Amino acid sequence: MIKTNSRRDVLKLAGAATLASLLPSGKSFAQAAGNVVVIGGGFGGGTVAKYLRKAGVNVTLIDANAGFVTCPFSNTVLGGFGEMRQVSHTFDGMRRAGVNVVTGTVTAIDSAAKRVTVQGNATPIAYDRLVLSPGIDFKFVGTAGAIAGYDEAAAEKMPHAWKAGPQTELLRRQLIAMDDGGVVVMTIPNNPYRCPPGPYERASLIAHYLKTSKPRSKIVLLDGKDTFSKQGLFQAAWTALYPGMIEWVSFSQGGNVARVDPATNTVFTDFGQHKGNVVNVIPPQRAGRVVDLIPNLATGDYCQVNPTTFESRSVPNVHVLGDACVAGAMPKSGFSANNQGKVTAVAVAALLRGQAPVAPSMINVCYSLVNPDYGISVSSVHKIGDDGTIISVPNSGGTSPAAATAEFRKMEADYARGWYASISNEIWG
Amino acid sequence: MANVEPRIAVPETASKGDIIEIRTLINHVMNNGYNYDREGVVIPRWIINTFFVTYNGVEVFRSNLQPGTAENPYLSFFTRATESGTLEFTWLDDDGSVYKGSRSIAVT
Repeated sequence: MIKTNSRRDVLKLAGAATLASLLPSGKSFAQAAGNVVVIGGGFGGGTVAKYLRKAGVNVTLIDANAGFVTCPFSNTVLGGFGEMRQVSHTFDGMRRAGVNVVTGTVTAIDSAAKRVTVQGNATPIAYDRLVLSPGIDFKFVGTAGAIAGYDEAAAEKMPHAWKAGPQTELLRRQLIAMDDGGVVVMTIPNNPYRCPPGPYERASLIAHYLKTSKPRSKIVLLDGKDTFSKQGLFQAAWTALYPGMIEWVSFSQGGNVARVDPATNTVFTDFGQHKGNVVNVIPPQRAGRVVDLIPNLATGDYCQVNPTTFESRSVPNVHVLGDACVAGAMPKSGFSANNQGKVTAVAVAALLRGQAPVAPSMINVCYSLVNPDYGISVSSVHKIGDDGTIISVPNSGGTSPAAATAEFRKMEADYARGWYASISNEIWG
Repeated sequence: MANVEPRIAVPETASKGDIIEIRTLINHVMNNGYNYDREGVVIPRWIINTFFVTYNGVEVFRSNLQPGTAENPYLSFFTRATESGTLEFTWLDDDGSVYKGSRSIAVT
């Protein structure tokens, strides 16, 4: 009898071959010795920490929080069919993998002496290589490019919910408290920002909740740009599922936000104003502020890196990945950060062994739900182009078809859930 | 061009001597004259070529727009609030159309 390998077995074999070619085997594992400090336990940092352990490297993971709440799938909480516990992860899996987990705020980084100081710890942590995956921070009042009137206090009235956690719960409570017939105003920044299709998935899932519970309500999207990710797919779904409920005001229709007034829940655009019963402000963003602890690490809002190693172009032995880096054609997504995390882990292990890193190929897939049974996706394949930046491979990737059956949309919604289960298990499981 | 309604933002009030921001946005395709349609025929140049603003009859801002300007030109500038009155905004289209708008300001 001839046994045919299942597709899964083939994938396992392929995976084994890839790992064998990239990671040291046998004795050379020990030669990858070195101390790596990773700051940030999200999609990027969590992946780096896990994969460096597979290469036998000592890893200390520092995060300000005791666990990580993912932005991906947090919109299901706002849609009323997901729960916070489903998007909340501890670092227990990291510890089981042998990662030394430190909970605390980093207060100083000495990139010359190669050590990191954590608040409350007298002794700095030494590193051979440092990996920063701090995600984003917001441009609040006082920062160039900020929305006038939007600061941390305003975020308690007009939540951003763009770092998942208490902000997600606050926005959910506001949606529950809103009367039927209310107006939800969402503001969306210009590029670049974390999760390009995220605001439109959020609008869809809030619409799902309102359609179910408060069908006379409306959603107004005030946008700082004229086009957006998966635009045709989203807009077709809105027409089909939520007719008349979502109004999108593009940049050239006056959607750019200049100022907010939390006291009256009013958003002032360049040319008009909108009052909301619930106002969700997704503010302009920048690299997580921890990058400011190293002079010249950030150029403008984000950090320039060598895409083969994700090592900073300005500061040696410091790697930056995920939302905080400039990754060319790769979007700021959890899946991008996860891919970049694997590339960084392999590169760091090679560098610690004195070997030359290999130029990577990377992928990204972003699923969005427009209701629990209707998923759409965009995917892309990336490599390093002749100009040394990350490019999209021509004619690779694409989006879900414009015309598809309900079964097809349902299947993609299931793929989305499958993607989330597997990536979160890989990182935090 | 049909349905062109320029957007204009001017502060309703200001103190004499204040520097005020004026914002404008006009929806226009701004064809630069260098692109081709599906049949390979050049799409003719069609842009807003001039924009100017007067404040109580005195010109305070003028811009000659070129084919490199992106669609839906958004122009903002700063001027000094000198006296109460009216700001008049004018856009000139290649096709001969003239679009106008005005806003009043109270200066104290």
